[in-house]
Amino acid sequence: MIRPRQRAATARWRLRLWILLLLAPGLAVMTLFVAAPLLSSFRYAFYRFDGLLPAAFIGLANFRDVLAEAPYAATTWHALAHNCIVFAALMVAQNGLAYLIAFALLKALPGHRLHQVIVFLPVVLSAVIVGFLWKLFFHPLFGLVNAALALVGLHGLPWLGDERTALGAIIFTNAWHWVGFPALIFLAGMQRISRETLEAARIDGANDRILMTRIIWPLVAPSATVVVILTFIGSFNWFELPYVMAGATGSPGGATDVLGLYFYRTAFGTAASGLTDFGHGSALAVLMFLFIAVVSALALRVLRRREIEA
Amino acid sequence: MHHGERGKNLLIQPLLILNAVIMLYPLFVMVLSAFKTNAEIFASPFALPDSLSLVNAARMWNETSFVRYLLNSIAVTATSIAAIVVFGTMAAYAIARYQFRLSAAVFLFFLSGLMVPLKLAIIPLFIQLDTLGLIDTRLGLILIYVAMGLPSSVFILTGFLRTLPGELEESARIEGASELRTMLSVMLPLARPAMVIAAIQNALPIWNDFFFPLVFISSDRLKTLPQGLTVFMGEYNTDWGVLFAGLTLAALPITLVYVVLSRQFIAGLTQGAIK
Repeated sequence: MIRPRQRAATARWRLRLWILLLLAPGLAVMTLFVAAPLLSSFRYAFYRFDGLLPAAFIGLANFRDVLAEAPYAATTWHALAHNCIVFAALMVAQNGLAYLIAFALLKALPGHRLHQVIVFLPVVLSAVIVGFLWKLFFHPLFGLVNAALALVGLHGLPWLGDERTALGAIIFTNAWHWVGFPALIFLAGMQRISRETLEAARIDGANDRILMTRIIWPLVAPSATVVVILTFIGSFNWFELPYVMAGATGSPGGATDVLGLYFYRTAFGTAASGLTDFGHGSALAVLMFLFIAVVSALALRVLRRREIEA
Repeated sequence: MHHGERGKNLLIQPLLILNAVIMLYPLFVMVLSAFKTNAEIFASPFALPDSLSLVNAARMWNETSFVRYLLNSIAVTATSIAAIVVFGTMAAYAIARYQFRLSAAVFLFFLSGLMVPLKLAIIPLFIQLDTLGLIDTRLGLILIYVAMGLPSSVFILTGFLRTLPGELEESARIEGASELRTMLSVMLPLARPAMVIAAIQNALPIWNDFFFPLVFISSDRLKTLPQGLTVFMGEYNTDWGVLFAGLTLAALPITLVYVVLSRQFIAGLTQGAIK
């Protein structure tokens, strides 16, 4: 015989067990494959590795090496500089263009829905497909790009083979691949602006340029925040496109080397040398993680304040 | 609309069309070139192919492991998405519909995964998978994708499940339905739209992922499509027609899905960013 109080207690236990059951698989996966690895990566950065095993605690030596000692440091800073170029170039070329496209789409001219679908199409393709496609197009002799230039009487270049143009060519490819994404984020922001605001500005005599720079731009600040932060994170994690188009070493001659490639090479080696160096790799990963986290957090604060002012 | 407006729109429309051409023409050339011989590609890159010959596609299909890569990608993506939606819904349901002491902490624990670029934890993940004997297995890859997808799906589903009215559960309970029954037959059918968004948002990055297979998968028979592409881009590097056929075939499945579900894709992916 079970008394009522006992029955209530059993029911409570059963409910607790039920909740635990619901949470268990998710929590297990998150603990094993997010929390634990993340904590370990901070620990591993302080070790010298022997193959896959942390062999000796060496304090900050790995960090000192990758930031200030030859031969690591030169590559680190060289790669970081390229990441900065990539970020700046994408902000101007990709996101600037995206803003213009969004503004044009906001006018809801005939075919604007179809255009949204078209501009977003490359976004759904894998960076591997896009990278290889443009690598073939940029081929100096047989590529589409130089063939098109020849049609208008221009001499083409070995775009991916020339140190001066290789990074630019990959940045261009990235912009082509991704421009639809910021465009539609901006468009979503613009569509939230009330019609009255835009009409009022028009009646006050604002032309498109003023509308775009003075009226809409401050009002889409939340969209701009998202675009800036995502472009920043993407630029400093840049890996697939340069890997596919320029190889793990950032050819030619390191002209397209970025932190993502350098980290990958350090940790897992290249086809030429299969040497793994998990100690220095972890230090690079931790530094990249901290850099991205700190800058994003600061940028977010500044950008959010801008949103409120607007 | 004002008169000056209309004149300006006449200017904007051609620019939009030009932009559409820039976005589509490279893909158009990719498809055309898939039907061409090497000689045709080099001699007349812009022209239409002489014939709609499927020789290149057939070589891709028969001589390479393309089909295997494709099936691997389908299996890995489908399993990962199923696990993400099921585990994500379970966790979200517990967080959204029950009150327990650590509820807020558990929710935050899941959300913190949104901030973590898992790629940068690749070294400890490698060691972790190695310890578990999961390097070079589909399961290892799937588990990582599930970890990658859970935070956003828990976020989306918790938000949605919280909005469901409590009376529904109450009446089911009064009728004597068990917690499991209430969840499965009363509450979850209502959450289907949120599950679809969570699934689409995660399916694309998993389907397109190249980095994790690059690090974890080395057996040819386990490779996914993006990773497999790098294999035959190396093998056929002088046979451009076959290369274009490979790229076209690789782009085809996701493009078809996108054309059918473009609205859901665009909404799912841009909302994921805006949140």
